[in-house]
Amino acid sequence: MIRENPSPKHGYPGRLFVFEGLDGSGKSTQAALLGKWLAATGYRVFRTEWNSSELVSSTIRRGKKKGLLTPTTFSLMHAIDFADRFERTILPPLRAGYIVVCDRYSYTAFVRDAARGCDPAWVRTIYSFAPTPDIAFYFRVPVHVTLQRKIASRLKINYYEAGMDLGLSEDLHDSYERFQGRIKKEYDRIAVTDKMTIVDSTRAVEPIQAELRSKVRPILQGFPKGEALLHDG
Amino acid sequence: MTDRTYGTRLPGIPTGELAGKLIVIEGADGSGRSTEVALLKEWLEIEGHAVVDTGLRRSTLVSEEIDRAKQGHTLGATTLALLYAADFGDQLENKIVPALSAGSTVLADRYIYTLMARAIVRGASRDWARHLYGFAFRPDLVVFLDARPEILLHRSIGKYGSLDYWESGMDLCLSRDFFESFFLYQDRLAREFEWMTREYDFHMVDGNRRPEEVHTSVRELVAPLYGAVKKGRVRRPGPPTPPGPSASA
Repeated sequence: MIRENPSPKHGYPGRLFVFEGLDGSGKSTQAALLGKWLAATGYRVFRTEWNSSELVSSTIRRGKKKGLLTPTTFSLMHAIDFADRFERTILPPLRAGYIVVCDRYSYTAFVRDAARGCDPAWVRTIYSFAPTPDIAFYFRVPVHVTLQRKIASRLKINYYEAGMDLGLSEDLHDSYERFQGRIKKEYDRIAVTDKMTIVDSTRAVEPIQAELRSKVRPILQGFPKGEALLHDG
Repeated sequence: MTDRTYGTRLPGIPTGELAGKLIVIEGADGSGRSTEVALLKEWLEIEGHAVVDTGLRRSTLVSEEIDRAKQGHTLGATTLALLYAADFGDQLENKIVPALSAGSTVLADRYIYTLMARAIVRGASRDWARHLYGFAFRPDLVVFLDARPEILLHRSIGKYGSLDYWESGMDLCLSRDFFESFFLYQDRLAREFEWMTREYDFHMVDGNRRPEEVHTSVRELVAPLYGAVKKGRVRRPGPPTPPGPSASA
């Protein structure tokens, strides 16, 4: 058992850095850059993304085809996915003393499920197995900016990401803006209640990255370096 | 309104009074549940009630994933517990609630209680399990078939020809010995069902007896739900109290 340097937030010897925000907020770019820098500085880093796994996406596809998915089962499917990733890929490196950089964490579920009408207290309880991060960045950006970025990079808007299942609008773009607007509102709210670190993500990449580095330095004071290692999970 | 569920509102589900009755038969493997469900269904239909029977792991959404996970034993305890919850949620919303809305009686061969007990003996906290299933509809009646471990053992051997891997809790590594593991596992489950008895208003029925005798007892509990008091004093299930956070383990 590694018992050195327990985190004041969760007690594990590793550190947990979380990146949250709307799709297109720039959080993945920033997470990748921060991970690279940490590894180059000499830390053991484990970077992981929460995107739909095969388990969940195949089920969601099937559920969608048969019209079976409801906000509750949709929420549970994502919880399964997160729990699987957590038990498999987040907890072991955290216990082994790595810096775990998570591109999306339980907050993603809190905001998305709330936007779908699930009981927030219920969602929080389900995810209560997930430890509190050492720092959680929220990349705040207006919805229309993320839409422009998506269109500019020719990314397709997916059905659920646009909240089309909720019947907010017949039009994909319109539905996207409304649904993501709900999510943003929820992010803005929990960023305060959960003491997230809010990052103005309308700026260029470099000043944001510099800000992140200055924010994590104090957290890592006295944190041991190992043989530098970057693992992208 | 949260009055039909155990505390969590279900988005997009009708909140008013549903016409149908929800009857749950719970009990360990080998307690005689399936036999009783069949007898009860038969009787209710003869009495003129439309009956939809349902059990665990019968939904189309994730049952394949559950089977796959069980074969590979690759999922962690939390993940597996959530997989079962998703499966239950799917059945609740796509089968149980529509049937209740249509005025049918839903006869459930096991319900959230078994799922909760299984999750808890595998490491989930009672509080977590209780909140996870907070979206479940409150049954009109929960019958718990209580049978001695020795009886369960003999029925289990009779049914499978040997002891079942999962019903013996072999995944918990309590013992390498099936026989011993079976008793240890059933004992742990029984401990969980015990606290649920009060909290979820179980009606205990002695399952050590022959199926016809068990059925007579169950009928006495079921009949009042339809306004017919057969004989003696049969208590209608009182208003269930929502599980408070203070009643934690």
